[in-house]
Amino acid sequence: MLRFILIRLGQAIPILLAIYTITFFMVRAAPGGPFSQERKVAPHILEQQMEYYGFNDPLPVQFFRTLWQHVTFEFPPLTSYPGLTSRDIIVDTFPVSLELGLLAMIVALAIGLPIGILAAAKKNSTLDYAPMSLAMVGICLPTFVIGPLLALVFGVWLGWLNISGWFSFSDRILPAFTLGLFYAAYIARLTRGGMLETLNMDYIRSARAKGAPEFKVVIVHALRGGIMPVVSFFGPALAGLISGSFVVETIFQVPGLGRHFIQAALSRDHSLILSTVLFYAALIIVANMIVDIVQILLNPKLRYQ
Amino acid sequence: MTNRLFCSALMVIHCFNPFSVATPADDAIDEGILLLGNGSEPHSLDPHINSSMNGHHVIVSLIEGLIAPHPTDDSLPHPGMAYKWEHENNTVWTFHLRDAKWTNGDPVTAHDFVYGFKRILSPRLGSQYSEMLYSMKNAKEYNEGAITDFSQVGAEALDKLTLRVTLKEPVPYFYNIVKHNSWFPVHPETVEKYGAIDDPANNWIREEYVSNGPFKLKNWQMNQIIEVEKNPSYWNADQVKLNGIKFYPIVSENTEDQMFNSGALHYSYTIPTDMIPVYQERNDPTVKIEPFLGVYYYSLNTKVPPLDNPKVRHALSYAVNRNTIVRRITKGGQLPAGNFTPPGISGYEPESIASFNPKKARELIAEAGFPNGEGFPKLTLLFNTLESHKAIAEAIQQMWKSILGIDVEIRNQEWKVFVNTRHEGNFEIARNGWIGDYMYPDTFLRILQSDSGQNDAQYSNPEYDRLIAKSFSETDAQKRLDLLAEAEAIMLNDMPIIPIYHYVRTYRIDPRVKGWNPTPLDVRNFTNVYFE
Repeated sequence: MLRFILIRLGQAIPILLAIYTITFFMVRAAPGGPFSQERKVAPHILEQQMEYYGFNDPLPVQFFRTLWQHVTFEFPPLTSYPGLTSRDIIVDTFPVSLELGLLAMIVALAIGLPIGILAAAKKNSTLDYAPMSLAMVGICLPTFVIGPLLALVFGVWLGWLNISGWFSFSDRILPAFTLGLFYAAYIARLTRGGMLETLNMDYIRSARAKGAPEFKVVIVHALRGGIMPVVSFFGPALAGLISGSFVVETIFQVPGLGRHFIQAALSRDHSLILSTVLFYAALIIVANMIVDIVQILLNPKLRYQ
Repeated sequence: MTNRLFCSALMVIHCFNPFSVATPADDAIDEGILLLGNGSEPHSLDPHINSSMNGHHVIVSLIEGLIAPHPTDDSLPHPGMAYKWEHENNTVWTFHLRDAKWTNGDPVTAHDFVYGFKRILSPRLGSQYSEMLYSMKNAKEYNEGAITDFSQVGAEALDKLTLRVTLKEPVPYFYNIVKHNSWFPVHPETVEKYGAIDDPANNWIREEYVSNGPFKLKNWQMNQIIEVEKNPSYWNADQVKLNGIKFYPIVSENTEDQMFNSGALHYSYTIPTDMIPVYQERNDPTVKIEPFLGVYYYSLNTKVPPLDNPKVRHALSYAVNRNTIVRRITKGGQLPAGNFTPPGISGYEPESIASFNPKKARELIAEAGFPNGEGFPKLTLLFNTLESHKAIAEAIQQMWKSILGIDVEIRNQEWKVFVNTRHEGNFEIARNGWIGDYMYPDTFLRILQSDSGQNDAQYSNPEYDRLIAKSFSETDAQKRLDLLAEAEAIMLNDMPIIPIYHYVRTYRIDPRVKGWNPTPLDVRNFTNVYFE
């Protein structure tokens, strides 16, 4: 297992380097720069800014300097928020996105798994069709529709929760549900699919033949194999959830990383773009690695692959 | 029947649920705290670096300059840090400072102002608003690096409480210019504690925000909240009725609207466009529409044929039905623009020249050699990606097609790309907007002068430039305005830009908020705001 982890971490380095290089050049190729704005900047001021932020240096110098800054976590000042560095922003906002992502995942699993298992167990009945149709609606309805609707019902009409903000614990509820419902729908369908496949297997027939109660057959015997598709989905989904959903953060005014991820591109803030992209990339690599480990633990047959 | 039952059930749950008794707005009023929607997160709270309107609103509550915003009239001065001022020939201004204190107890001195001017004019700081100080002698030269000795710039502290500013030419409304945050003082020792005077990354604003205004910074969490509380050491503290203000940087218009509806805000920064007619139909008393000093217009690239022909430009302008656009498309109570400078500057009466006249439009396009639009090249109308800009562009595209018979392609670009394209002159027709910095026509007229960096239309008329320059040496206030009106008429007779409408501020405000006093510049330091 340790060997596996080390190999995967070793593979991560060239991947991150490639992502860094591509992003570095893409950001410079995009039209418009960090200093383009409504009031045209006077040429001498522009010159000063370019000099200060190091954009006048030769390209290889910029490339290796920025790379070194990311390796040592000594980030340069940002153009879009003077006085701050990428580290300040990531340190402040990542915990928020992490919390939102984890809560959303808990919501997604708590709703999606039971629905999927039930649908598979009661295949082709109302308990199957109804939740699966709802799941389809959940997948099709985008977050910017579900979010404001939930805010309207629970925030304005019922007055139970705040419309926006991230201050008290109750503020977490609406954003977590908005983000989580989408994934709940996916997980419900994936669980149903995985469970159906597993429930058709020989060892399940044997368990039933031996007289095990249906509940035990489904939960104890079939679930372990049935949730494999969900586990595979988990990796990229978790990274996506954690890096923050831009839409949910904007609707509910959540001070997370997702907004900065998008805003950095719109502001052409080179340093922030690179930092957030690399951070997101590292997150996905780690998440995928954890997912693979969990899969191996669940299915010992994979150990030999 | 089930619907009514459902609604009644909701009402019952609403009234008896344990979560909401009084709304946040109610509680805040008891505490004397104003809850404001403030648009997006400010660019910076540093008065010399900030370039966003959102930042401006917060900064003005924290720092006070020589002249403060007047409670009701944006064109009048109001004593700020200076209680008295006089001038020689509108060129040498002397400000007498009162005994005021910074929040750390140090006195506010004339040196603090000189330090502030030096800071914003330092080339390395790279401030986007340094040109606000260019009326000061040698300020431009210092900012461009032509001179390096700041003592040559026209700002001098005669003693601790007397500041003398020498301008390069007479500016009669100078007291309005110094209301802008680019002229604000900062506490020198605090700034220097966290970096050099001209270091753009100096983070004093987050480390220790020492200020001298009616409020002081209490809490600043990015994208969450900016909280300010009453400053007991402010010279006019006993006139400040609020105990604090909470600025919420809410980006989504819809979320902000819902927050107002659910009683979480006293003031919402904007109203979603589709909701404006809905609220107006209901005669909602919280909705306010006030004139704002800004203009929405299209820049025509006067260097590109056939737009280099004034007849073509006039034809395009005469074919735009501004009333339709304002009533049917923007629907926000905007004012159709017959000229460039928005109304509200007292004594300034420019001629209304741009109008809707389809007959004249057709005549002119024919005279220009394109009868019924035949042979007219297909031009592109460029705008930055936004639904409202697209709606207006489509309407005008249609107007030009049906009245002039010409085909215009409309294209949108992402903001940064668009701004670049426009500044580089790579366009034929482009959407544009300008908001005034102070209450005087030249804040608008200047941008079309031959040497202006904002002159995207690349308009150049020596007579126009001459009249504007002449107005500065005119001693009589009304004659000055008349000269500027004459200049504006000359420009509109050339029609390098097509004015479309003058801006309004659309917002919602809790009726219990008093003393809000809307003004065309929409700047207030909140001293006069209170709850009833």
